[in-house]
Amino acid sequence: MTVPKRIGKISFGLISPQEFRRMSVVKIITADTYDDDGFPIEMGLMDPRLGVIDPGLRCRTCGGRPGECPGHFGHIDLIAPVIHVGFAKLIRKALRAICRECSRLMLLENDKRMYLEQIKTLIELGQPIDDVVNKVFSEARKPKKCPYCGASQKDIKFERPLSYIEDGHKLTPSDIRDRFEKIPDDDVKVMGMNPDSARPEWTILMVLPVPPVTMRPSITLESGQRSEDDLTHKLVDIIRINQRFQENREAGAPQLIIEDLWELLQYHITTFLDNTVSGVPPARHRSGRPLKTLSQRLKGKEGRFRGSLSGKRVNFSARTVISPDPNLSINEVGVPMEIAMELSVPLVVNSRNMDALRNFVRHGSEAHPGVNYVTRSDGRRVKITSRNCEEVADMLEIGWKIDRQLMDGDIVLFNRQPSLHRMSIMAHKVVVMPYKTFRLNPAVCPPYNADFDGDEMNLHVPQTEEARAEAQILMRVQENILSPRFGGPIIGGIHDYVTGSFLLTHGERRVNRREVMELLKKLPVSDLPPPKGVDEEGRPYWTGKQVFSHVIPEGINLSFRADFCMNCDQCKEEECEHDAYVVIRDGELLKGTIDAAAIGAFKGKLTDRVIKELGPSVAAEFMDSMTRMAIRGIMLAGFSFGIDDEDIPREADNQIQDVVKTAREDVQKLIEAYDAGELEPLPGRTLDETLEMRIMQTLGKARDNTGSIAGRYLGLDNSGVVMAVSGARGSMLNLTQMAACVGQQSVRGERIHRGYEGRTLPHFRNGDLSSEAHGFVQSSYKHGLSPTEFFFHAVGGREGLVDTAIRTSQSGYLQRRLINALQDLEVNYDGTVKETRGIIVQFKYGEDGVDASRRDYAGPENVHRIVQKVLGKESS
Amino acid sequence: MKKFALQDHELVPTHIILISEEKEKVLEEYGVGAAQLPKIHISDPVIKDMEEVVVGDIIKIVRESPTAKQSIFYRLVID
Ligand SMILES: [Mg+2]
Ligand SMILES: [Zn+2]
Ligand SMILES: [Zn+2]
Ligand SMILES: [Zn+2]
Repeated sequence: MTVPKRIGKISFGLISPQEFRRMSVVKIITADTYDDDGFPIEMGLMDPRLGVIDPGLRCRTCGGRPGECPGHFGHIDLIAPVIHVGFAKLIRKALRAICRECSRLMLLENDKRMYLEQIKTLIELGQPIDDVVNKVFSEARKPKKCPYCGASQKDIKFERPLSYIEDGHKLTPSDIRDRFEKIPDDDVKVMGMNPDSARPEWTILMVLPVPPVTMRPSITLESGQRSEDDLTHKLVDIIRINQRFQENREAGAPQLIIEDLWELLQYHITTFLDNTVSGVPPARHRSGRPLKTLSQRLKGKEGRFRGSLSGKRVNFSARTVISPDPNLSINEVGVPMEIAMELSVPLVVNSRNMDALRNFVRHGSEAHPGVNYVTRSDGRRVKITSRNCEEVADMLEIGWKIDRQLMDGDIVLFNRQPSLHRMSIMAHKVVVMPYKTFRLNPAVCPPYNADFDGDEMNLHVPQTEEARAEAQILMRVQENILSPRFGGPIIGGIHDYVTGSFLLTHGERRVNRREVMELLKKLPVSDLPPPKGVDEEGRPYWTGKQVFSHVIPEGINLSFRADFCMNCDQCKEEECEHDAYVVIRDGELLKGTIDAAAIGAFKGKLTDRVIKELGPSVAAEFMDSMTRMAIRGIMLAGFSFGIDDEDIPREADNQIQDVVKTAREDVQKLIEAYDAGELEPLPGRTLDETLEMRIMQTLGKARDNTGSIAGRYLGLDNSGVVMAVSGARGSMLNLTQMAACVGQQSVRGERIHRGYEGRTLPHFRNGDLSSEAHGFVQSSYKHGLSPTEFFFHAVGGREGLVDTAIRTSQSGYLQRRLINALQDLEVNYDGTVKETRGIIVQFKYGEDGVDASRRDYAGPENVHRIVQKVLGKESS
Repeated sequence: MKKFALQDHELVPTHIILISEEKEKVLEEYGVGAAQLPKIHISDPVIKDMEEVVVGDIIKIVRESPTAKQSIFYRLVID
């Protein structure tokens, strides 16, 4: 029986050969594992003293059963010493620092004392001693002659992976070991090692510990054949070579053969420790797969630390591709039937739910919503099949537990990596659906930062009542509409939702009875408002604003500038002729256009007001109705964007050409002035810088001018413009680049100068400073780029890609460090921020004690809003 | 030779030594022992600049805050 032990302390060091032998329970001498009858061979790699893995057997060393016995180390006596790869660098440093004759550290006694003193202080302070130790090694390497015995020193060359060459002769591990053994203890201390727990010669292996079978279990395949662990395979190789080495040496084989075998032994032990040493070909399986040896088990993402200790696999989870469904509530998630039938929620049978649960069990596990397992009161688990379901259903008793398949209304957690903020995991209500993707309302894409170009998301099913309650109260989507980052709604309309509401509410859009019905089809409607008027043929009509008012909750009073606002010099507010000033009175949209500024993610003022005045439930309902109506709105109007939407009339094209030509000439003039020495330098700039800045300025202005020329011909009848001005997607800049002129390409904010000496491409003359030689793209995307323009465009585009790649990795690491530092801080009820020991970090959270998501766009006050609400009138 | 008082600089927040009644009041208000307060070294330039500060004193630091106008911190003087 093993006694549970408490770890008192951990100390790191090297293990001596004596220690290896002492901790070993058996000396392994044969490479065989099992005999013909399937019994482990004594003193073989599967010796029963190394621990047990076969059920029913007991450990020959500790008497424990499998699971109780932790396993016990054995050892192999190596015929010749071998270098431990992990210490190759240390061995190199030590070899160079000690005398080749007397093995003393080649520093004067005084220096040694000084360094030792420094090391002691650093250890007392708990600081790393690396710097001092490195200094010791580099200083001790310098003398040409030993200060103690006077022996002249020779250069030691290190060759990857493991050769130390002195004066053309390779040092054998035995030579190195002999030298290390002679180093006095006092010198070892100066080298930053503790001679009691780490003598330098212990970096050269004389004894190889054989890991217990519990960490390299063999598995029996279906065919009855045994398959051994990679470590066992490696150990077999080591023992075989060790034996051959011994036989050859005893037989007095020639030195050449002995050396070859020694090398081979070194190779096998190296790859046993680490199979990815550069310069050493990795040991492979018969199939060609590289073996997973000791350090591969620990290192990297799937290694023991990151893969098994910090992160583990979880049950009751699912992962699949996501796709949009605007008819779902923002609080819902569509779950494929196949997943719903695999995941389950545990329910305990009681007198009240007995009949309902019995019904679930009757479905078996093949009809949804069925039951996958039933756990009886004694803990026995029964898998439910179509065969036994009736029987088990009849037997069902109070206190039994059933694992009911996931069904509509269950609460689940939904997550998309990278989980950078708390809105990356939110609770949704399940809606079981056909097909194979998770479905979600596109309005919740922003918090997850999800799109549908193949993104996958994870789903977790809480298994206890407490977890479900917590998820429901704290994590539901509607509770996370307001972001604690900026105090506004992070959930809101994107893309078509914005376009749809824009098209519906812009100006006096008339809709007839049929269209009104179509728009309101998915919403609860009891009666229609009185029509706005009658058309020429006497039929009643309503306006888009009236229809949209239907989704705005009553009691909302609000006015603000739309995203679409032109920023006129003098805002006429309610009299705005562009319909860009939104006025809402008691839930009635009187004036203005609903666009991104009203309902968009990150900036939806209307959403923000609804949630702050009426709470998350009403806000969720608002989002649901709004998204449904906006989709119907865009469908009613019809919306598409094609290549001919980038067309502009010929005269516009001519004007653009003129602008570009003038700009080019202006640049030429600047260059001439520069060459003639007539250019006046700007204050604080050199002449070259001035020229560059003036050129950039000229070309930038030219691009803007071409943009505004194109803009004159691109009106609200253009889908691209509608998307840009409403804030749905893209910008006017994108459009003008497509229609008019792409503009200057830049690297680090400057024109492109890199390439050949004196020129960017061989197409240009040396020293050509003209616009086209330094990355000005005068064409539009629609026209297409010339070959040189295309090249410059690629140069500029690459910078963007590199930037994003660098930024994500850097910000990811920064985020990790921040999270690690802050994760245990807690805001207490008295407003203080304390860490786990109760030490105060902040006396008032954020200095003002205010939850950022409870204030208006993180502004310091929302008194104005409250005063307005109480007085019932707007004031600026 | 002292050229100017550190606390006169606009970037140095106000530091005040608490008398013992105030000390107790603060600790009681936050329900903590002195050890749970943030620390400040006795060798801190501002503390060195102040008179009669001993280890164990509590210093009240009043800072200007963009969100709360004023934010108050208490620090325990340590060696
Ligand atoms: Mg994507
Ligand atoms: Zn055992
Ligand atoms: Zn010597
Ligand atoms: Zn306006």
